[in-house]
Amino acid sequence: MRIWKIPDQLVRISILFIVAIVALVVVRQKLIPESFGELGHYRADAVTVAAELPIHYAGLQACVECHDDTAEIKASSYHRSLTCEGCHGPAADHVEDPTEVLPLVPGGRDTCIRCHAYRPSRPTGFPQVIENLHNPMEPCMSCHDPHDPTPPEVPGSCSACHAAIARTKSVSHHWSLDCETCHEAAPEHRENPRAFLPNKPSRREFCGQCHATDATSSSEIPRVEIATHGGRYMCWQCHYPHFPESR
Amino acid sequence: MSLQPKTEKRRGFLARMMKLPAAAALVSLIGPEKLLADSEGESSNPDERLYAMGVQVNKCIGCGMCVDACKTENDVLREPFFFRTWVERYEIQRDGEVTVESIGSGTSVPALEEEAEAQRVRSFFVPKLCNHCDNPPCVQVCPVGATFKTQDGVILVDSDYCIGCRYCIQACPYGARYLDPRTKTADKCTFCYHRITKGLLPACVEVCPTQARVFGELGARSSPLHRMKRMNSLQVLKPSLNTEPKVFYSDLDGEVR
Repeated sequence: MRIWKIPDQLVRISILFIVAIVALVVVRQKLIPESFGELGHYRADAVTVAAELPIHYAGLQACVECHDDTAEIKASSYHRSLTCEGCHGPAADHVEDPTEVLPLVPGGRDTCIRCHAYRPSRPTGFPQVIENLHNPMEPCMSCHDPHDPTPPEVPGSCSACHAAIARTKSVSHHWSLDCETCHEAAPEHRENPRAFLPNKPSRREFCGQCHATDATSSSEIPRVEIATHGGRYMCWQCHYPHFPESR
Repeated sequence: MSLQPKTEKRRGFLARMMKLPAAAALVSLIGPEKLLADSEGESSNPDERLYAMGVQVNKCIGCGMCVDACKTENDVLREPFFFRTWVERYEIQRDGEVTVESIGSGTSVPALEEEAEAQRVRSFFVPKLCNHCDNPPCVQVCPVGATFKTQDGVILVDSDYCIGCRYCIQACPYGARYLDPRTKTADKCTFCYHRITKGLLPACVEVCPTQARVFGELGARSSPLHRMKRMNSLQVLKPSLNTEPKVFYSDLDGEVR
């Protein structure tokens, strides 16, 4: 007779525990994806899934490989920083099958207006037009080649490009002043604006021609003591010349 | 008897000491940093493989092409409240009031109210997207490990594994995540992971007409991103949260949250 014997209840409960542990291992094996934990606390295969999604935009290089002639024109134009698919839409399918699938050819005004409509939130210096005043109803392409958008005719007025300033000035007390009153622009500025920048007044005496106490201009114009008013600040550091009553 | 091994020891010690100056000379010839770097493996710069984006706020014209391209490339729902990237228009008024509005992905930016012009101090656009934080709160809260940081620093969502609990949507301080009603899983910007791993640019960077968005690897020496980081004063969104974003902004206004 054995002195010591494993109690029955312990055997039964041990069996239960073993079954539970085996079940846990099997369930874990089934539920946890194979690649989980290979690279971190995630499914490593998910990275592959994300990397193999279909591509819709083929990229500039794919366009240039066939359309090198258009790309060359564009490369030296103001639109050189644009990629083809920005205007022509996603073209990966077109690259796969160039004859069957044709990319978008935008017409009308909407595509251009999207970037070039005057919006006060846009950075100054970006070419903007007021769409309702700049040849309304006329498709942009009848004057501008989108691949080389420099206008074929020199703009007739400053406001063709500087719509934001023109618009602000038109409702200000300076409405009657021409741009040329304060800015001298070389004729070349109209064709090559960045290379030939117009000048700006640099001395407070310039504003003094109308606003100094001894100026001969109309008495309605506000006068200040040009030599002392504003201390060491220039006029345009407090008064915005295109809208002097504000800012 | 005991003298013999002692001499042996002393002799050995002296011989080893003779080698020391020779070894030191060798190290100084090769350069100690080179020796150390070799022991660490091929690349000594762990940042080299981390993808990052730069956004130059003063170049953004708010055309919304990035938003459109993102939706096309990544099959994002067209409704105007599902965005992986979006553009906010800030309008700051004289009385200090700030209006923020997502301009959507329509064909043209809605015009601002003309009457408000006299009250407006400044207005500008800020493109936003997932910041791909180096210390991402969304990854910390995911109960199942369905959102994670890849080895190249991109935060991805495993939509097969996501249970749609929306913890990550709550946790993201930038509001960059949404629940896709089709799959009932969280979705967000992936930096176009399927494009960047093949050497293409993310769709938003590809179509941006003013190059307000630049993209590259953090460690790369000559890239538009590196140049942008050199030439601008940089800022990230909500730096106080220590999320360490990998989307860098330049010329960011203090009002931008």
